Amino acid sequence: MSESFGEIKQEIMDGIGQLANSKAVYEFKKQFLDSKAGKIGLLMKEMKNIAPEERANFGKRVNELKEWAQQRFTELDEMMRAKELELRYESEKIDVTEPAEEMKAGNLHPITQMRNEIIDVFSGMGFEVVENKEIENDYYNFTALNTPKDHPARDMQDTFYLSPEFLLATQTSAAQIHTMEAKKPPIKILCPGKVFRSDDDATHSPMFHQMEGLVVDKKITLCDLKGTLDAFVQKIYGEGTTTRLRPSYFPFTEPSVEVDVSCFECGGKGCKLCKGTGWIEILGAGVVNRKVLQNCGIDPDEYSGLAFGIGLERATMLKYGINNIKLLFESDIKVLEQIDNN
Amino acid sequence: MLVPLSWLKEYVDINVSAQELEKKLFSCGFEVEELNEVGKDVSNVVVGYVEECEPIPETHLHVCKVNAGSHGSFQVCCGADNVKAGGKYPVALVGATVYATAKDHKTVEGVMTIKKGKLRGYESEGMLCSGVELGVSEDMFPGAGYNGLLVLPEDAEVGADVKPILGLDDWIFDVSITANRPDCQSILGLAREVAAVLDQPLKEPSYEYHETEVKKDGFTVSVTAPDLCPRYIGHYVYDVTIGESPLWMKRRLALVGQASISNIVDITNYVMLEQGQPMHAFDSEYIEGNAINVRRAGDGEKITTLDEQEYVLNSNHLVICDGKKPVALAGVMGGLNSEIRDTTKAVLFESAKFARDNIRKTSRALGKRTDASAKYEKGVDEYSTVHAMKRALHLIEELGCGKVSSTHVDVNTGNSIQPREMKVSLKKVNDVLGIDVPEADVLHIMKNLNFDPAIAGDELTIQVPAYREDMDSYPDVAEEVIRMYGYEHVIPTFMPGAVVTTGGMNAKQRKELKLKKDLCTTGAYECIHYSFFSPSDLDLLRLPKDAPERQAIRILNPINEELSLMRTTLAASMLNAISRNQKKGNLSGRLYEIGKKFIAKELPLTEYPDERETLCIGVFGEKESFFTLKGMAEKVAESLYVSFEYIPAKKSFLHPYQTAKIVCNGTEIGWMGKVAYPVAEQLDLRTDAYLLEIDLKTLGQLPCGKASFEPLPKFPGESRDLALVMDKALTCGQIEECIRNSCQYAKGIKLFDKYEGAPIPPTKKSMAFTVDFVPGQEPFEADSVDHFVKKILKNLKNQLDVDLRS
Repeated sequence: MSESFGEIKQEIMDGIGQLANSKAVYEFKKQFLDSKAGKIGLLMKEMKNIAPEERANFGKRVNELKEWAQQRFTELDEMMRAKELELRYESEKIDVTEPAEEMKAGNLHPITQMRNEIIDVFSGMGFEVVENKEIENDYYNFTALNTPKDHPARDMQDTFYLSPEFLLATQTSAAQIHTMEAKKPPIKILCPGKVFRSDDDATHSPMFHQMEGLVVDKKITLCDLKGTLDAFVQKIYGEGTTTRLRPSYFPFTEPSVEVDVSCFECGGKGCKLCKGTGWIEILGAGVVNRKVLQNCGIDPDEYSGLAFGIGLERATMLKYGINNIKLLFESDIKVLEQIDNN
Repeated sequence: MLVPLSWLKEYVDINVSAQELEKKLFSCGFEVEELNEVGKDVSNVVVGYVEECEPIPETHLHVCKVNAGSHGSFQVCCGADNVKAGGKYPVALVGATVYATAKDHKTVEGVMTIKKGKLRGYESEGMLCSGVELGVSEDMFPGAGYNGLLVLPEDAEVGADVKPILGLDDWIFDVSITANRPDCQSILGLAREVAAVLDQPLKEPSYEYHETEVKKDGFTVSVTAPDLCPRYIGHYVYDVTIGESPLWMKRRLALVGQASISNIVDITNYVMLEQGQPMHAFDSEYIEGNAINVRRAGDGEKITTLDEQEYVLNSNHLVICDGKKPVALAGVMGGLNSEIRDTTKAVLFESAKFARDNIRKTSRALGKRTDASAKYEKGVDEYSTVHAMKRALHLIEELGCGKVSSTHVDVNTGNSIQPREMKVSLKKVNDVLGIDVPEADVLHIMKNLNFDPAIAGDELTIQVPAYREDMDSYPDVAEEVIRMYGYEHVIPTFMPGAVVTTGGMNAKQRKELKLKKDLCTTGAYECIHYSFFSPSDLDLLRLPKDAPERQAIRILNPINEELSLMRTTLAASMLNAISRNQKKGNLSGRLYEIGKKFIAKELPLTEYPDERETLCIGVFGEKESFFTLKGMAEKVAESLYVSFEYIPAKKSFLHPYQTAKIVCNGTEIGWMGKVAYPVAEQLDLRTDAYLLEIDLKTLGQLPCGKASFEPLPKFPGESRDLALVMDKALTCGQIEECIRNSCQYAKGIKLFDKYEGAPIPPTKKSMAFTVDFVPGQEPFEADSVDHFVKKILKNLKNQLDVDLRS
């Protein structure tokens, strides 16, 4: 006869203490509980050698031993696994203050972000977006905009010429003419574009961006200009924002106005941003000059219009507190990564 | 334009503070760029009476007892040689601010605060001041130029602030004048606006003078270029005594930074500042031939101007000539040959109107900009031409420096300087504004602006003064009304009369924005670079002489050579951006730009050039490779629903074996590759860089797909890995193409391993692909995929001599 019940039990109890991990537990357990070769299984095979009247008792004892062993091993296994899990966790301890893995997307250019924001606002008001030409004809850039050759307003802009007839657009206003030649009122357009003037310092760049707006329809008035721009600045700078109009001059509008917005930094009390005035100049605008409509074959007695031009660099610099226009064109990643998509 | 408050007050009573006037001017269209108090740096300086004055032995100093009235009496040490008991001088009290001067006592070196001090053992409480220390010149106060104490008048009240006495309580407005208001380029012109906005009458200066019987016999004026000189008025003045101008005139000139020269020259400058009309005075003795002729200069004709500069002229320039030679460069500067000297006995005054465009061109061409040319460029009206001459002749009499002859020559084209009548509909004026301005206000405003208005029914009749050449139709009237009525009356409305329109971006614009956003997801930052670049950029790119990129459109007047060509490629700007980043220590990054390249159909331009939207990507850093950039190219293809092929190619600025042209639908649309080492070296690049350029305009014209849904396969697919051995020259693309063409179910074909070396023969290489087989409407049979693989291997063997690796 093989080992006695007591010996097996003792062997298990002795052996259990020596086991280092769950794998060892598994191997040790197999020695006893493997269905074919396990020592407890082998006891069952002894059954045939047991006297028939003792068989029932013997079987019961084997089962008891089996259950007992199984329970021991289960307990042990659970304990081992818990310990191992803990060890594994411990071995994987990290310093949570170490830097994060970068998962950065890039950004749209700050000017593009500003441009999209403005387009969103005016799209909702029914303005469609048109594109401008960077190289313009003198007629579209000046003459048709009521700025003939000897007009002093041409001095307001230092123009880059490419030939006597062609030049780099000094303003997006040429889009007004192209649009009005191509379609008749009602017109509501927005034209973002690159423009060029021979100027180069901390606040001027020889290339910069404007956003032209034009409405031509019946009964458009200066009040509509104010209402449209009020709606615009409230969307961009917040509900309480207001505009202030003051007289100015552009050849293609009459009356012409400069538009100031109540300072979005201090709310109009006066601060560094608004130089203590409570107002920030953001754009030029006006009622479309009759001559401009006439130049495009639109009857100025039937239709009237409003136009405005926003300087995108200025708007962008104000919004993000950028102090040098050059930073917008230098493509320094350290600058570009700061202005996150909105 | 500089405008002293005291000078303005000559023409209009100003009953508000300088700050309030600034606001009023601002509200009616005249922005005050700066408002400066004349004596802003001087404070706490009062009239001091020197009661006692004793020399300090062995020094040039005196110790004085100075009575400063209510401020008390102080002991002050003084080094000036003109200090004496009984004199009244400006005394800076302890705590006062005055200008600090250098050792020469003339050069101002900043502002200082007066403290108690001790000189040679003597207490000194305060300082007696010179003119320089108070910022007062001889032209502003007689005696102020003396290198010693400024002597105050005997009747000056002891202890009183010296600022009003010395005119330091004045204000200078620096006003910006818009281009439509050349009539306001003068003190008087602005005074008209001030009078209107303050509701005060304008006090015109005197234009009266008396002509004597004396005539300059036979003197003639002719204008042979009337297109450039619509009006020329000359007047002969004799018995001239050259001398100093009176203090009031010198002071006004000084306040606007104009040095006093002599009475005659000062009159011309004074009248220009007051009336906005440039004037000139010739010494009539040096006018040869008893004649003036206004004509275009001959080619190569020379003139030496007052500042002793010689200019070679051509027929684009207008000159004032005497019977023989040019004596002035019209509208710009007088000639040296006929300048006013101390000995001048007779003068010919000129007041003329010249074509503004011609003066501008001359001034630009010769690089000579003067106060006169600046005024002419903006526009001078004939009203001022006439009045300025009268004013100058009046001043001759007022100053008593000459006699006004009866030789007055006026050559004109017949333009009237009388007001012209204009009738407008009040309703139309209000329709421009969107509000109804009360008739009484319209009348009041137009009256204040000298338009002499009358209203009958809806009709407003105004008399437009000749100096208001900008007034053209009812919107101009609307602007006059609203700028005086106040923009705060404009109420916001939201186009109640307008038709509802649909807005937003078109498909092309939306596509471009999507592309930009998709590129951002790859970690790239959008850049914007100048549309122009440098000829040296073309050399940086090693472009051959006949490269189309060298056919760039040139700017005729660039800021500098670096910014003189319109871009024909975006690559150079991107390379420079990468270089700038690396110089700042940003050694890795991804950048892209969508900009235009400009392709001329013909040079010089005779029609609009082709403006081609172009995408340029630049990536750099140790982790980048041709294939990371290719991943971005694939992102572009995905974003635009197209597919690209990459074919080995060469570019002058790219690595010869890591460059591809990008082809879409059989059309070449761009290129990509690694930046060639010599280019990288020239730019001091420290890490490898890769560039891509895609012509979005061409790409946009090619057919493309769209976002759409394809039902997911109903049956499971299978994948197989194929390790292949092939000739080294074969490309991944060739293998992929062969596999794709061999089996319609082979959907995903992906290279996952490459190997060269033993046991592969030296002329061969191994490439391993995963091929995904996706079933169609029917599931695969048990051995379908094996059959597909067999066929693929057979084709690979037959077409490309590729074997399965054993």
